[in-house]
Amino acid sequence: MASLFSSLFGARRRSKATQTERVRERRHEGFLRYANFRWAKISGGLCLLIIVSYALIDVTPRHNGGSWYGYTLGTLGAGLILWLTALGYRKRKMTSDYWSLKAWTSAHVYLGLSLMVIGTWHTGFQLGWNVHTLAWALMMLVILSGLYGIIVYATLPQALSNNRDEMTQMQMLEAIRAFDRQLHAAAQPLTPQDTAPVLKALDEDPFAGGIGARLSGRYPRCATAAALHALAGRERATPRRARRWSGCSRRNRRRSDGCASISGSARCSKSGFMCMCR
Amino acid sequence: MTSKVEWKPLPTEAVKVAIIGSGPAGLSAASRAGQLGLSHVLLEKTDHLSDTIFKYQKGKRVLATPDRLDLRSDCRFAEGAREYILGNWDDDANTNKVYAVKQAEVTEVTGQKGAFEIKTSKGVVKAENIVLAIGTQGNPNRMRCPGNDLPHIIYTVDDPEDFKDKHITVVGSGDAGIENALGVAEEALENTVTILNRSKDFARAKAKNVSDMMEAGENGFMSIRTETQPKAVEPGWLTLETPTGEEKIQCDVIVARLGSVAPRGFVEAMGIEFTGPDREAFPKLSPTFESTVPGIFVIGALAGYPLIKHCMNQGYDVVEFINGNTGLTPADEKDLAAIFANLPQKISVSEWLEFFRQRVRIFSEVSPLQMREFMLDSKATHYRTGEIVFEKDEPGSSLFAIADGHAVVEIGGGATVKIEQGSIFGEVGLISGRKRGATIRAGEDSIFIEVSRTAALKLMAGVPGAKRVIERISLERQLLQIFRGGLTVEDLQPVVDQAQVERVSAGKVVLTEGEQGDDVYVIRSGSMVVEKDIGGKPIFLRYLPAGSFFGEMGVLSGQPRNATVKAAVGSELIKLTGESFRKMLAAKPKVREATEAAVAERAQMNSFIEARKANYSSAVDMYSDTASFIMKEGLGEATDALLIDENLCVGCDNCEKACADSHEGLSRLDREAGKTFAHLHVPTSCRHCEHPHCMADCPPNVIHRGPDGEVFMEPGCIGCGNCMRNCPYGVIRMEAAPPEKPSLIRWLLTGFGPGPGEPSPKWTKKKLGEEKPKKIAVKCDMCKGIADGPACVRACPTGAAIRVSPEEFLSIARLEEDAD
Ligand SMILES: Cc1cc2nc3c(=O)[nH]c(=O)nc-3n(C[C@H](O)[C@H](O)[C@H](O)COP(=O)(O)OP(=O)(O)OC[C@H]3O[C@@H](n4cnc5c(N)ncnc54)[C@H](O)[C@@H]3O)c2cc1C
Ligand code: HEM
Ligand code: SF4
Ligand code: SF4
Ligand code: SF4
Repeated sequence: MASLFSSLFGARRRSKATQTERVRERRHEGFLRYANFRWAKISGGLCLLIIVSYALIDVTPRHNGGSWYGYTLGTLGAGLILWLTALGYRKRKMTSDYWSLKAWTSAHVYLGLSLMVIGTWHTGFQLGWNVHTLAWALMMLVILSGLYGIIVYATLPQALSNNRDEMTQMQMLEAIRAFDRQLHAAAQPLTPQDTAPVLKALDEDPFAGGIGARLSGRYPRCATAAALHALAGRERATPRRARRWSGCSRRNRRRSDGCASISGSARCSKSGFMCMCR
Repeated sequence: MTSKVEWKPLPTEAVKVAIIGSGPAGLSAASRAGQLGLSHVLLEKTDHLSDTIFKYQKGKRVLATPDRLDLRSDCRFAEGAREYILGNWDDDANTNKVYAVKQAEVTEVTGQKGAFEIKTSKGVVKAENIVLAIGTQGNPNRMRCPGNDLPHIIYTVDDPEDFKDKHITVVGSGDAGIENALGVAEEALENTVTILNRSKDFARAKAKNVSDMMEAGENGFMSIRTETQPKAVEPGWLTLETPTGEEKIQCDVIVARLGSVAPRGFVEAMGIEFTGPDREAFPKLSPTFESTVPGIFVIGALAGYPLIKHCMNQGYDVVEFINGNTGLTPADEKDLAAIFANLPQKISVSEWLEFFRQRVRIFSEVSPLQMREFMLDSKATHYRTGEIVFEKDEPGSSLFAIADGHAVVEIGGGATVKIEQGSIFGEVGLISGRKRGATIRAGEDSIFIEVSRTAALKLMAGVPGAKRVIERISLERQLLQIFRGGLTVEDLQPVVDQAQVERVSAGKVVLTEGEQGDDVYVIRSGSMVVEKDIGGKPIFLRYLPAGSFFGEMGVLSGQPRNATVKAAVGSELIKLTGESFRKMLAAKPKVREATEAAVAERAQMNSFIEARKANYSSAVDMYSDTASFIMKEGLGEATDALLIDENLCVGCDNCEKACADSHEGLSRLDREAGKTFAHLHVPTSCRHCEHPHCMADCPPNVIHRGPDGEVFMEPGCIGCGNCMRNCPYGVIRMEAAPPEKPSLIRWLLTGFGPGPGEPSPKWTKKKLGEEKPKKIAVKCDMCKGIADGPACVRACPTGAAIRVSPEEFLSIARLEEDAD
């Protein structure tokens, strides 16, 4: 165990002047690998301990949730659930004492998984159609949702980064507005009949479609797709790719000297985001 | 705001004192003259008093720093809104019987003491003495074509929304012009905007502004006309000279943004000398503010005192001096007395100043006035024998001068070096902003003067002699630290005598692989990257921070340069000639040995990378490309930068929220903004630069480097925004702290009010109502004082965010791990 915790101290750098210790990391280390899989090892060990002791300890008449062994695991599991829930608080409470959310997440994930063993072995495998089993099933559901979360955490960031392509949210919204303006201008010379689908597409909320559409990425009633379809073939009217809208607050600038003006804000006065136009 | 001042016509009789410029300095001087019943005139260029403050943003809180300094003026001044202060001053000008003339821009001064002739735009004024208080703003360049005096030509745009449905032509395509044009071109204003550029390209403007402008042009929001100049201005029309001939366009307003001339030329034309050629130089002044032209006195920002309180006190003092009051003790007397209070000897302030001036080499050419000024920013401390002044690796950027006694430097291995009385130490922090290189103790009971970095830089700019001494000593010390092996200052003389300082801009190649050469370079500021051509691709070998040296292989081996060295950021190098360096090595075999050892180590690392490149080409390429990206982002001058691994970042923005919640509710980082390479993202957040640009010009001098290397602002910011403009990385916000949020528990349970992180501007506005809190500079302070380190890093659930220095991040160990 000593080596498990050694990096906790090894990585600290002591500043003589303040006598404070600051954790310095030289590289990025994800929460799953945190401290060389410390919590995976601890959690794995715990599960092993439970499985082995379950087999070795003789409980009469048989293992069940109500035996002393069952109570022990039940209490442990309940405590763990409370602690797992506390992550939501820990994540948002910035206190200045020693803690790292990465360590918490790491422990959360691995200890959360160990609940599968703790909870299930706590039941003594007595599952039936009763409220106890309902509680167990709900817990398993939460754990499975956690597993899904891990898959998402592992796979989405790269896509997020690639799709974002160095743009900020405000720039993206601004870009949508710019596209809308260009489409509007481009639709002017069209016949009323052709203009209608374009206007319909412009009117559409780009974030419409509900959760199902967003998760699946399929938008069956998308007005833009409909407009493209309606106009396709009549003319190769795909607008030339608009250039990236680079300044967040270009059009929001209140003072002519820019937001960077003397006592102006470094954030855009409308969007509230860091001004990029300087 | 209309001016309540009772303006007067130009006086016909000669006056005792003419005061040019009605800022806080000039107004305070005129008020004193009015109170003393001295015949005077206050000449102001504009039609209101105090143009600099008049131009502050509406409602800006003007701060009265430094707090400890008492105000000595016939005008009122305390912290308050701009309007309130200007209103008070208008009244004060009247009650003090100030003889003020508006729209009297001074264009020329001739004559001498007792009989000056001052040419203004309203006529000539005669005066015995002149007080020059014109500030540092300067004048905007005017248009030169016929009709250039028409009133619809304006030189600033206060609020673009003042212009609706107008034909506007912007002349000048620097940043100011482009920004104005973009402002008035806003769609909703329905203006027809044209911007003129004399040449073909927009070389003077930032790339960002140019691309914004081009895009606005493409979208039809403005018309951009290059190689076009105004030919003649008429009301409603403008004639242009275009490459294809003349053209007349409709034009209701002309915005002329042709840059401005600093007042220095105007001041020098009067015969007043400056302390040096640098931009930071000030007019040479006597203790009574008299310039090198007898009878002309210079005060206020122009004299190098940008704070309003200083300006006002000087206005009072200078008129007292002119009136013959020689017994006046300066307003800062008690502050100086406090600084000297805990020294063992009990002598008067002026005796102390004289004592220091005589005993310390860098002070010898300093005038008594300058001496006072910068002792205010300094500390004089008595140290007992053996007492530690600072420790190795402690951050600190101040300079110490030995007024009495001596200091000893611990150079490792138990050895010490003595520094004599009159000399200085701590100069490395001053120049490179890095940590202290050695521990220093008092060698006997001593008095050391600690001069803050800003004061020291001001001293160097103002007193050329001091600059020479400091630079020479720093170079000697730097070389002594680099080339160990019993080297003494004497051995270094020939090397230092031939040394030259070279400035190189970012990306500039200093040494080219394969070229012959034997000069050795020491990096004084900035940093370098070393690259080598391997397999036809430049591969990053090493990052050299300030204080390192390179080029030594050439001297030792006589071989051509074996790698290319280029500047990662704008840097200063000290070039030592190969010849003098070789002689030094020849005289000191031990130094040669040590240098050879360093060379061997570097060579070994180079061959390690070369070997890796052969086997693990992609890992080395990745390492090299990452390094280039990091350098391109300007991280070469960072000491501690936030880097986000976008393979891990889920975009929860907990980093920003944690930052806001650990400080006064304002986030000091913008996660999304910034560049990304191979999923490595450099967000907008302070990098704690080695030479913080933000520190360059902070009137109250509140930006410092803290114990963990952080660059932070102590309380006292006046909200001038200089630092924000000076920081090249856009990480400083000018913002007021939002009000206290309801507790986290309440939000978790009820969902009411703003949750964690920076509250929305809407909530803040609602909460504050009419109250307008003061906006001050906010930026990352590396969570100063929070023991466990930066909140952004600690609050990242996935480990995506880390704070590192480029050396740590690009260490060779990284490459080894990646290759394995
Ligand atoms: C945005 C901003 C915020 C600031 N906030 C603060 C603060 O909160 N607290 C603080 O202490 N300091 C602050 N400062 C600094 C302070 O405003 C200035 O340093 C101070 O105003 C300088 O005073 P002055 O009298 O020397 O010159 P100025 O105030 O610049 O006045 C010079 C006057 O001379 C006139 N003039 C110029 N040339 C001529 C000529 N040829 N003929 C006739 N008249 C001429 C000008 O029109 C002007 O009215 C701030 C500065 C800025 C830019
Ligand atoms: C009964 C078991 C569990 C409970 C009660 C629980 C509870 C919680 C809570 C309250 C949060 C905080 C959500 C928020 O406010 O942001 C959270 C986050 C999270 N949980 Fe669980 N959890 C459980 C099991 C698991 C398991 C088994 C895993 C992984 C396999 C997991 C992975 C995660 C992850 C990745 C997060 C997000 C962390 C972050 O980004 O801050 N959880 N969980
Ligand atoms: S504010 Fe800007 S200039 Fe100052 S240290 Fe930070 S990044 Fe560097
Ligand atoms: S805004 Fe920046 S430069 Fe100006 S006083 Fe504040 S910290 Fe100093
Ligand atoms: S806290 Fe970490 S994961 Fe969340 S946005 Fe910031 S860097 Fe990304």
